[in-house]
Amino acid sequence: MNHRKEYLRKHSKTWWLSKSFYTRYMLREVSSFFIGVYMFVVLVGLMRLSEGEAAYNAFLLALQGPWSILFHITAFLLICFHAISWFNVTPQAMPLYLGDKPVPGAFIIGAHYAAWFVASAVVFLFAAGGV
Amino acid sequence: MAKSNKPAIWALFAGGGTLSALVAPMMIFITGIGIPMGWLSADMMSYQRVLAFLQHPLGALVFFIVVFLSLWHAAHRLYVSLHDLGIPKGILPRLICYGGAAVGTLMAIVYLLRVWLF
Repeated sequence: MNHRKEYLRKHSKTWWLSKSFYTRYMLREVSSFFIGVYMFVVLVGLMRLSEGEAAYNAFLLALQGPWSILFHITAFLLICFHAISWFNVTPQAMPLYLGDKPVPGAFIIGAHYAAWFVASAVVFLFAAGGV
Repeated sequence: MAKSNKPAIWALFAGGGTLSALVAPMMIFITGIGIPMGWLSADMMSYQRVLAFLQHPLGALVFFIVVFLSLWHAAHRLYVSLHDLGIPKGILPRLICYGGAAVGTLMAIVYLLRVWLF
């Protein structure tokens, strides 16, 4: 049991505003909150779908509201930021070797961007009815 | 060696992070910006199309995996970030973050089943 009284230095709650590096870090973490909220928007849409066409159409109408659009634009920008920073970190999180030669980080990052492009195209084409 | 939950949670976290990074931007753009602003045809998200997609086993599976992994990624990331916001770790924050993801997962299962058993 720890009987000593630890010295806990007080931090300002806005420590992350003091440096751009910190701010970008917090922005990245906040993006995950927006991803979560968006998923709940999607789940509510699913719920309305199960309630019938009228309920679902009301949901679609609600998506046209200004606050909804503002939320989605914010979420979109933040999640793009998340994607870019996530891809940039993968060479460190997932170092790859071909035999004993390390795969260059730029290659791993580039592969992710390519996958991003392909995935986005697939989602779009599927939604547009092309697939 | 002591057994830990961490690798399992981390795998979900990493998978969710990668999948959501790849797929969510276009999803958000189409559903939240493109169609509501009228840039994209509202047919893309019409009742019949979405119903048909989700009633197909592959469609439902893809939907569930994307939502499930994204929710758990967000929950884990949020929980770990609470420390940075000055909120101490504990049972209540855990309940809110992971509990929220669990509620979302349950919603996905329940309403997908409802849609299937129409």
